[in-house]
Amino acid sequence: MTDDILRMHGITKTFPGVTALADVDLTVRRGAIHAICGENGAGKSTLMKVLSGVYPHGSYDGEIVFDGEPCRFASIRDSEARGIVIIHQELALCPQLSIAENIFLGNERARRRGLLGGLIDWNRTNHEAAALLERVGLPESPVTPVADLGVGKQQLVEIAKALAKRVRLLILDEPTAALNDEDSAHLLDLVRGLRDDGITCVIISHKLNEVLAIADSISILRDGRMIETLDAAADDVTEDRIITGMVGRDLEHRYPPRTPHIGEEVLRIEDWTVHSPSQHDRKVVDGASLTLRRGEIVGLAGLMGAGRTELAMSVFGRSYGVGVSGRVLKDGKPIDVRTVRDAIAHGIAYATEDRKRYGLNLIEDIKRNVSAAGLSRLARRGWVDGNEEYRVADGFRTRMNIKAPDVSAVTGQLSGGNQQKVVLSKWIFTDPDVLILDEPTRGIDVGAKYEIYSIINGLAAEGKAILLISSELPELLGMCDRIYTMAAGRITGEVPRAEATQERLMYLMTMDKEQEKVP
Amino acid sequence: MSGTAPASADAGAPVRKTDPAAPGTGNGRSLSRLTINVRQSGIYIAFALIVALFTVLTGGDLLQPQNISNIIVQNSYILILAIGMILIIISGHIDLSVGSVVGVTGAVAAVLMVNHGVAWPLALLLTLAAGAAIGAWQGYWIAYFGIPSFIVTLAGMLLFRALTLTVLGNQGIGPFPEEVRTLSNGFTEGYLGNIGLGVLGGADLFSLLVGIAAVAGLAAAQWRTRAARLGYRQTVDPFPVFVLKIAAAGVLIMAVTVQLARFHNLPWVLVLLAALVLGYTVLTNRTVFGRRIYAVGGNLQAAQLSGVKVKSIVFWLFVNMGVLSALAGVIFAGRLNQAGPTAGTTFELDAIAAAFIGGAAVQGGVGKVVGAITGGLIMGVINNGMSLMGAPSERVMLVKGLVLLAAVAFDVWTKRRAGSPLLR
Repeated sequence: MTDDILRMHGITKTFPGVTALADVDLTVRRGAIHAICGENGAGKSTLMKVLSGVYPHGSYDGEIVFDGEPCRFASIRDSEARGIVIIHQELALCPQLSIAENIFLGNERARRRGLLGGLIDWNRTNHEAAALLERVGLPESPVTPVADLGVGKQQLVEIAKALAKRVRLLILDEPTAALNDEDSAHLLDLVRGLRDDGITCVIISHKLNEVLAIADSISILRDGRMIETLDAAADDVTEDRIITGMVGRDLEHRYPPRTPHIGEEVLRIEDWTVHSPSQHDRKVVDGASLTLRRGEIVGLAGLMGAGRTELAMSVFGRSYGVGVSGRVLKDGKPIDVRTVRDAIAHGIAYATEDRKRYGLNLIEDIKRNVSAAGLSRLARRGWVDGNEEYRVADGFRTRMNIKAPDVSAVTGQLSGGNQQKVVLSKWIFTDPDVLILDEPTRGIDVGAKYEIYSIINGLAAEGKAILLISSELPELLGMCDRIYTMAAGRITGEVPRAEATQERLMYLMTMDKEQEKVP
Repeated sequence: MSGTAPASADAGAPVRKTDPAAPGTGNGRSLSRLTINVRQSGIYIAFALIVALFTVLTGGDLLQPQNISNIIVQNSYILILAIGMILIIISGHIDLSVGSVVGVTGAVAAVLMVNHGVAWPLALLLTLAAGAAIGAWQGYWIAYFGIPSFIVTLAGMLLFRALTLTVLGNQGIGPFPEEVRTLSNGFTEGYLGNIGLGVLGGADLFSLLVGIAAVAGLAAAQWRTRAARLGYRQTVDPFPVFVLKIAAAGVLIMAVTVQLARFHNLPWVLVLLAALVLGYTVLTNRTVFGRRIYAVGGNLQAAQLSGVKVKSIVFWLFVNMGVLSALAGVIFAGRLNQAGPTAGTTFELDAIAAAFIGGAAVQGGVGKVVGAITGGLIMGVINNGMSLMGAPSERVMLVKGLVLLAAVAFDVWTKRRAGSPLLR
């Protein structure tokens, strides 16, 4: 039993309205590489945040035993003191500081005594940093600013930083999501080397081929529950086996019934390419093409970083990306959607995945949020008809069943489901032909989800075309007439409803660049 | 991935749960309503208390006819600046340059009117155009080039002060034409003669009629709004509260008018201010442009993704600020009857303080024109009351500083109690 470095037992973590983790057990062998797999929202990152003290002891139920001792971390500092270090998906480096400064951030190499006590010992800092850089295989000077490094090298700086803290359990959250193949391979080699040095690694990854290549054990989370832990060395463990564990779920009765009436093509996107605003040479969307027809609900599936949101936002008035190329055709004619206003004028609406940051003015009331995108419809020569605005908003409140005393209620105080209904109202009021809905049910409880699904079906029945972006495969299978899959910025498949299964979609979503496109 | 937004754990049959976090249940609702009311009306209550306090402390001198007239005339240019400033602050920006713009536009007006003898209406127009150009300059760097407004207007503060000194050649220029001085300092004529008001003595009939017309207009407008809202079945104030509010406003307006009529008729600058307050209140409440200012300040990204031309809104707000600064510049110069090198120094601080005391939020998205005016009047009354009491200027500064801090602390505190998601 001393063989186990970490045992988490009965971990339950809830947020208002949702249970993120339910009675999760996780045991990690000393000196192993342990992978955790699961869909977006399965609870992987939440589990790691519990382990590393981001969610302090007391904010969750259950116990953590590290190296034989029970742990009650109040903060990330406590867990780091025990040698547990987490490297988040979004790297936590200060770009203007040097590599050495970043490595010893919060852990500075200062002189202990004497006249210069308390001052930073730069020679020692840079010398030790150089040694750590050699260990992670990064041939850069310690004084180079981090901003001058690519993402792959920044990832290595993060690992060097963890090593400086005498890490014993290293947690990597999607370390290769933003890396190219070469950098990924280097990183995975480094992780193997760390294991041989006795450092235990927990790695969260969507790339199943990488998981199989590197992991000793694989734990699968689904809907906040631990489904199983597989021994990667066993013969029957394949990508298909992992996918089955990730998606196996009952789909009955969660989606309102609907008979599709599909009409003419309304929107066509051709050869759409978008480059990253931070790395101009990286294609975030790569030659994507898709079509939408009236009355049709079309799904867009893809894992984190596949480029779904980036595709949608770049089409919606170039709200994302640089170096955008390709064509958009509405009703067969090419249209110019260079600004959000153009997009709205051409009957395109986009409800964002992050409704709090990008969707709503949280300090304003329902009424003013509903009218935000279609205000000119309520105005004559620049004058807003406030009474008409009230009537419109109140109509939506009734129609969408927004639970609030009246439309003067501030949206910041509504529940997630009701906020989402306000966002949908805002876009329906612009009378669009095409609605792009990005994760419309994220963070919403089951009852409100059913209501949102009914609203979406109603819109399709009115003849609008819906592009539904979702990380929940059952949702796509339950709602859509056709589903596109994306991986690494490319459309990797188009599957009609009748032929779609979760396994098939997951296969297409995890498809590597080299693999042939399988119809 | 966001670890905080997982799929709901319990699957199964279509569950039609009611949304748990919906607001407006039980105590929470009445409490939050009350908090909102305190936040909205707190500023007016505070103003009333401050006026009452200084009335007592000055033995009634504060409310003497001549003193009321003084308070209005002395603070008019700050109040004009506060109108522009509140719009800028609602949009999430700041303007530190207005004091220097007041200086340079006053100088431009003086050069035109005094040195070149340009007719005053044309000179006024040219000065306002100069203000617009200054605003466009700053608006360009802020909105289109993307430099924070704090930096651009800090630079502007130096630039336009330097320009003031250059234009004036480091000395004051005056005197201004009679008409400009009348706008700044003068009063309406007694067109209809005087009327006796019993123990209060004689008063100007024209001023009184204007006051009565203002009250009647206010009541009629409020009545029409209320009737229209009822027609749309919106919730409105209960009738007694409605009447009480209008009565309070009416009494206030008439009290000020009567005192002014007893002294010297209506200051022209008050007429101008009233028109500006009315115009800008309508702009912020009723026009597409005005409503988008709040959208930009409340959530920039959401506004952008809703098709609001964010850059253009911010640009025009700074142009507007430039024009209002020029107006304030002419009025200030006219009041002193000369354009001086130091004119307008620290006016920006008074205008910003007025906006924040008047209920603007530090993050933007919140604020009212009437609130900024009230905030400016609070500062004006403190200034005036303390100087009537013979307090030294350092003590006035001390009190004003504490009032500003208290006002914003109150704002932050009520927001935290209301559980605003922005502060968590």
